[in-house]
Amino acid sequence: MAAALELDGVPTVAVHTHVFARLARATALANGMPRMRQSFVPQPVVDRTPDQLRGYIEGADPISKRPFVQEVIEGLTKPLDQEDLQGLSFERTTPRLLEPDSSENLHRLFFENHWTDFLPVVLPTEERVERMLKGTKLPADKVVGRLRPAVFREFWEFTVEKVAVNAVMAGARPEYFPVILALAASGVTARSSSTNSFATISVVNGPIRNEIGMNSGIGVMGPYNHANAAIGRAYSLLSQNLQGGSVPGETYMGSLGNWYAYSAAFAEAEERSPWEPLHVQKGFKPNESAVCVFFGGWYTHAGYGPRATWQEKMRRCLSAVEQYSPPLLVLDPIAACGFAELGFDKKQKLIDWCAENARLPAREYWDNQWIQYLNRPRAVAGVEPYASRLRAKPDDIIQIFEPEEINIVVAGGETQGAWKMISGALRGMASVDAWR
Amino acid sequence: MAASLEQSGVPTVAVHTQVFARLAKSAALANGMPRMRQAFVPQPVVDRTPDQLRTYIEGIDPISKRPFVQEVIEGLTKPLQQEDLKGVSFERSTPRLLKPDSEENLHRLFVENHWTDFLPITLPTEKRVAEMLKGTSHAPDKIVGQLRPTYFREFWELTVEKVAVNAVMAGARPEYLPVILALAASGITARSSSTTSFATISVINGPIRNELGMNSGIGVMGPYNHANAAIGRAYALLSQNLQGGSVPGETYMGSQGNWYAYSATFAEAEERSPWEPLHVQKGFEPTDSAASVFFGGWYTHAGYGPRATWQDKVRRCLSAAEHYSPPFLVLDPIAARGFVELGFDKKEKLIEWCAKNALLPAREYWDNQHIQTLIHPLAVAGVEPYATRLKAKPDELIEIFEAKQINIVVAGGETQGAWKMISGDLRATVSIDAWR
Amino acid sequence: MAERVTAHDPRGYPPKVTGKRLASRLDNLERKTVYLVDCLFDNSEVFMEQLRQWFAARLPSVDARIIKPRQSWVDDPDMRARIAADGSAAILGVGL
Repeated sequence: MAAALELDGVPTVAVHTHVFARLARATALANGMPRMRQSFVPQPVVDRTPDQLRGYIEGADPISKRPFVQEVIEGLTKPLDQEDLQGLSFERTTPRLLEPDSSENLHRLFFENHWTDFLPVVLPTEERVERMLKGTKLPADKVVGRLRPAVFREFWEFTVEKVAVNAVMAGARPEYFPVILALAASGVTARSSSTNSFATISVVNGPIRNEIGMNSGIGVMGPYNHANAAIGRAYSLLSQNLQGGSVPGETYMGSLGNWYAYSAAFAEAEERSPWEPLHVQKGFKPNESAVCVFFGGWYTHAGYGPRATWQEKMRRCLSAVEQYSPPLLVLDPIAACGFAELGFDKKQKLIDWCAENARLPAREYWDNQWIQYLNRPRAVAGVEPYASRLRAKPDDIIQIFEPEEINIVVAGGETQGAWKMISGALRGMASVDAWR
Repeated sequence: MAASLEQSGVPTVAVHTQVFARLAKSAALANGMPRMRQAFVPQPVVDRTPDQLRTYIEGIDPISKRPFVQEVIEGLTKPLQQEDLKGVSFERSTPRLLKPDSEENLHRLFVENHWTDFLPITLPTEKRVAEMLKGTSHAPDKIVGQLRPTYFREFWELTVEKVAVNAVMAGARPEYLPVILALAASGITARSSSTTSFATISVINGPIRNELGMNSGIGVMGPYNHANAAIGRAYALLSQNLQGGSVPGETYMGSQGNWYAYSATFAEAEERSPWEPLHVQKGFEPTDSAASVFFGGWYTHAGYGPRATWQDKVRRCLSAAEHYSPPFLVLDPIAARGFVELGFDKKEKLIEWCAKNALLPAREYWDNQHIQTLIHPLAVAGVEPYATRLKAKPDELIEIFEAKQINIVVAGGETQGAWKMISGDLRATVSIDAWR
Repeated sequence: MAERVTAHDPRGYPPKVTGKRLASRLDNLERKTVYLVDCLFDNSEVFMEQLRQWFAARLPSVDARIIKPRQSWVDDPDMRARIAADGSAAILGVGL
């Protein structure tokens, strides 16, 4: 927005907290305005009192070490110099192939350039990439889609071949390639730069699951299957490399990080589920193959059941969530059949029960930085259901999720009736068959 | 237990649910009693009514396909045959080196034998293992310790060289080896076979963190640092290979799996923490380097703060916990300093607050399959605090964790004041310096 | 000498960067209207109010006005038009 204001003819200074300095500079550069005026205050601004913030204003800019207000005033009044007036246009390209080198040096290069997750990769040689490309009949130069690490960054574009390169690195086999292309085409990055440390969780449905031997049984959400592991990791690596990076302080700002970001993809246990599969609920046919991308992984609550006190347990989990991120329930078939026996003969019935029982006092709902930042403006603008939630008195108990936001998937090895309630908004869906 | 009864002269039949058939047979074999009499009922027994269980008894053994009671009665009465009387004694050994082969074939062999997490590894060649061994002063044949997937399996022993082999596979560098050896020596497996899908989370303290360039900042619990990633993965791979495997249905029974099992190790941000580091709390000197292993990863609750309603939020998270597994809190330094401003000037004070505020009605506390299986017998035997919890009336609120079970670690990049409450029972804190 | 391997570059294709000029700066802020744009990030409202009070106390001739976009992270052309019409400069924060 600061760049748009400058183009409107309004001299502007953008204020950030100091941990965002590198990111703010990189964004200004990609905007073609590398000399954008930026001033910095200490981190955090959230939860600081008015007096503390006044102290920031009267104190020093932690990046320039000069008084903050002097930075701001000079940013608006000091005449532009020659360099400011130039602007900066440039083409950025990435080559198709790297300089030939020894395997050892290439492996080191991939680490040093932040092209990996710091675990060993398979080097994407011409021969291996060619073999991967046999996994689809689409041409190597076809554009698959675009990705970016955050809404305020620019989109990068990529082709089938570039996806194949990252699939090789992750250790994938050519037969997994259509699933990986579908994930890349979803438009959702698995490497969000959000300070919230989001990860994505991908669910695969339809015949492709069995064709490539994916796991929906024992250890389904863990390191126990080649296809699950490699597909999840390929999606992660392609996200970081095809969107322009995921480098701490620059293109990644997650404060705590998220171990789900190594690899988190699995297949629904359609054959052992009492309910309709996820992709069919979303409009695909049972004999079609599809991927669904859940954006979240912020919290993971756990339970068993349904036992005698299952309602209390489920309500406790639903009210302990981070309320900006709706839950995805993953039920072991034992738990799913247990709920079906209680009368939840459709996923939708259990979803409705969860929406009905996910409640918080309005006071607690609104006392959350993401709800303040992202939902409050909508509420003020009259958008429902946020507007009603804002009208509630502080002690009123309000519903915090809509049924449309909640999803259920059945998976597990039936060694116990476990369930997980994982933070995950369904952000993307794509046909796998379109990429075969 | 069945084997011990047989040895005491009591003919015995062990009853399992069908999903445990492969595990039960291989455990019997390792016990030297391969012909142990076993009968099977359908899964699950948990949450089934008396009537349903009666039909299991009057029904068919799902493994032998013969009537269950017939299996049981014949198991106790049918005379032993020649083969039964032999018993089986045998030595099992694993070779030091594999048969030389092409890299491609060796990579395939590692995957087929379940020696990996299904992501690419570095092949443990003689040269690379020799290089890795330079990371410690200890002899390759020194016994490091022993590991087993669960308490009813037998321990396997491990040497420095075997640990080095797995460290190479994980992509570790020689300078990480002392940390990896310390984790191996902890006696805790990172590949528990529990149906609950436990993982381990390892926290590194002391000077070694900076010597190795470990991450305690942005993305600390994610794929953003070579040492964090490789050490966590080395611990996971060595656990599965040096304990005798982690194969679904045999040596791994986790129903839903756990993505933390790929790699989950990080360094405490000692320099940016307002509190004493974890290893110092556990009796080490600040200048010592130590590794702490948390066994859990079952739930991960998330929050920010401390904000105005922080007490409600933390209480909700505490009461939504799977209460067999105590929480450890990972606080971003921003959140940690926020708690200090509220008067929690020591970790212990915040731990005390959590223990006092982790409350559940006794009815809910006892309605949990792990609490029933593992804690109820202790309560009946009079062991505190469980006996007192059992004396509480169903609606009475009881404290579900003791302060000594709860831990706090400070880590994060200060891009937001986030915290996580992760299921994790501190099972060991071990010296790293002993393995340099 | 180890065998040389040719590997692909794993990165995608970045868009072209088109240089953009900054707006001309003001001679000074005397008697000017400066919009303080609250980016809606949690607590930036409080920060901007403190900045407004700072102007009122230290540079009272400056008319510092707080303004908010409709949504976080989304361009708001109406708001920008108002700033361009009625204001001389903008301070935007806290956040992107």
